[in-house]
Amino acid sequence: MKYSLFSLAANTLTKHKNWKPALVDAHPKAKYDAIVIGGGGHGLATAYYLAREFGLTNVAVLEKGAIGLGNVGRNTTIVRSNYLLPQNGVFYQHALSQWETLEKELNYNVMVSQRGVVNLFHSDAQRDAFARRGNAMRLSGADAELLGRDKVQKMMPFLDFDNARFPIMGALLQKTGGTVRHDAVAWGYARAASELGVDIIQNCEVTGFEISNGRATGVQTTRGTILSEKIGISVAGNSSMLAQMGGFRLPIESHLLQAFVTEAVKPLIPNVITFGAGHFYVSQSDKGGLVFGGDLDGYNSYAQRGGIYTLRDVVESGMAIMPMIGRIKLLRSWGGTVDMSMDGSPIIDRAPVEGIFVNAGWCYGGFKATPAAGLSFAHLIARDEPHKIAKAYTLNRFASGHIIDEKGQGAQPNLH
Amino acid sequence: MRINCPYCGNRDVAEFSSMGEEPAKRPDPQQADAQTAFVDYVYLRNNPAGPNKELWYHGQGCRQWLRVNRNTLSHKILGVSLAAGGDQNGK
Ligand SMILES: Cc1cc2nc3c(=O)[nH]c(=O)nc-3n(C[C@H](O)[C@H](O)[C@H](O)COP(=O)(O)OP(=O)(O)OC[C@H]3O[C@@H](n4cnc5c(N)ncnc54)[C@H](O)[C@@H]3O)c2cc1C
Repeated sequence: MKYSLFSLAANTLTKHKNWKPALVDAHPKAKYDAIVIGGGGHGLATAYYLAREFGLTNVAVLEKGAIGLGNVGRNTTIVRSNYLLPQNGVFYQHALSQWETLEKELNYNVMVSQRGVVNLFHSDAQRDAFARRGNAMRLSGADAELLGRDKVQKMMPFLDFDNARFPIMGALLQKTGGTVRHDAVAWGYARAASELGVDIIQNCEVTGFEISNGRATGVQTTRGTILSEKIGISVAGNSSMLAQMGGFRLPIESHLLQAFVTEAVKPLIPNVITFGAGHFYVSQSDKGGLVFGGDLDGYNSYAQRGGIYTLRDVVESGMAIMPMIGRIKLLRSWGGTVDMSMDGSPIIDRAPVEGIFVNAGWCYGGFKATPAAGLSFAHLIARDEPHKIAKAYTLNRFASGHIIDEKGQGAQPNLH
Repeated sequence: MRINCPYCGNRDVAEFSSMGEEPAKRPDPQQADAQTAFVDYVYLRNNPAGPNKELWYHGQGCRQWLRVNRNTLSHKILGVSLAAGGDQNGK
């Protein structure tokens, strides 16, 4: 059913008792043309583009729990394309342009809000680095603007500009960045894919692969064996577990990232703000809560819950730029398991086992990538060749030396 | 999470840094497949969900490297020993 003002009015007349479920709760068939493992944002987007762009509709998404409860429903909803390296710049700029038209395409309100992303800088050296980044962004087709202190002060008078240690000297602004309602993205893609004939199968955990003569022919699941010649793995923090089932290893460690939300207050934070001298970023949700986060906890984890020392560090960084938040109450916090790759950049490639494809290594920043990752992964699965925006995201870049390391940290995932 | 350091006793995890899972033995640069062996050694991980043998550094304590066996699902510490002098089984 198409959502519109008319359908809303019609359903109001019948007291909202006749709305149809947004998607069909499908049961597994014996065989599909393609299977996508993982019903997060990426898996659902992949299924949608397989059907919509590549005409593959005999497709199943297998999700071990309910869709939308993984990282897609746990992230801090920020979308941006402020990358330094061209491989990432072009890819994320493509994603950002897809966000701009996604609601119309999906006929679903995912609340895209291009409120701007402001990266504060606190020293001359950092200004130079941000100017360079801004130039690189423009070369990749993104917008970037270097703001002086007075402009930032006009936009956000509440910041502590004269902090003794980290005075605010200006900022790099990406006006087209902002936030998107995270779980709505999962529902929107799921509904649109389901309408195109994709089976979205929940409570169906993949426990192994059917492999004969070195080729994958299907998956074993908690709801029986399901056959397919093309199997895409898109399970974020659990990527290494699926690789293990397929008998290979990935350049990935699973880490813990936390997010925090305060009580609701009146409109306060006009955009997304990041602290340049520590790890803290914040935006305000439409309900009014301040949503913020910071660094990884720093050790391997699948637990989806973190330690209090990370909270302390994040909040201290927040206080350094916004002393006013000291009086606000924290309501909730949670953690997610993120797939940290060895160079901090993602992988969209064939697995070492024929018939299996991998979409992984999204670190703490894969939400903003969702539309482009779905499109590129679908392209790879359907055509068996990489999409032009994702050609650099190969597995063998670690062997060939073509690593994409934005921060130059080396193979130490907890530092990316 | 608290780690029971053999030198310093039971200390909060914030005093330590994790280097991740303990790598396999460093390959011999002279061996025939040294190139592939080094790519595996530097970049590939088992990344288990469950007990994981890791290296931790007690930077805000004794500054020793520790071998820590830790469950990545529950964060339970299963064993700690000094990395120096021991082999990979913690002996
Ligand atoms: C706290 C936090 C904040 C973040 N903030 C941002 C941000 O501001 N901006 C940004 O761009 N990114 C952010 N991210 C990263 C982003 O959320 C992820 O990179 C992205 O959501 C990962 O893709 P996904 O949505 O497909 O993952 P998920 O939603 O995790 O999907 C993977 C799915 O696979 C399923 N699965 C796992 N194993 C199996 C199996 N064996 N069988 C079947 N199904 C299985 C899981 O249940 C899960 O539903 C953040 C992450 C966290 C944790």
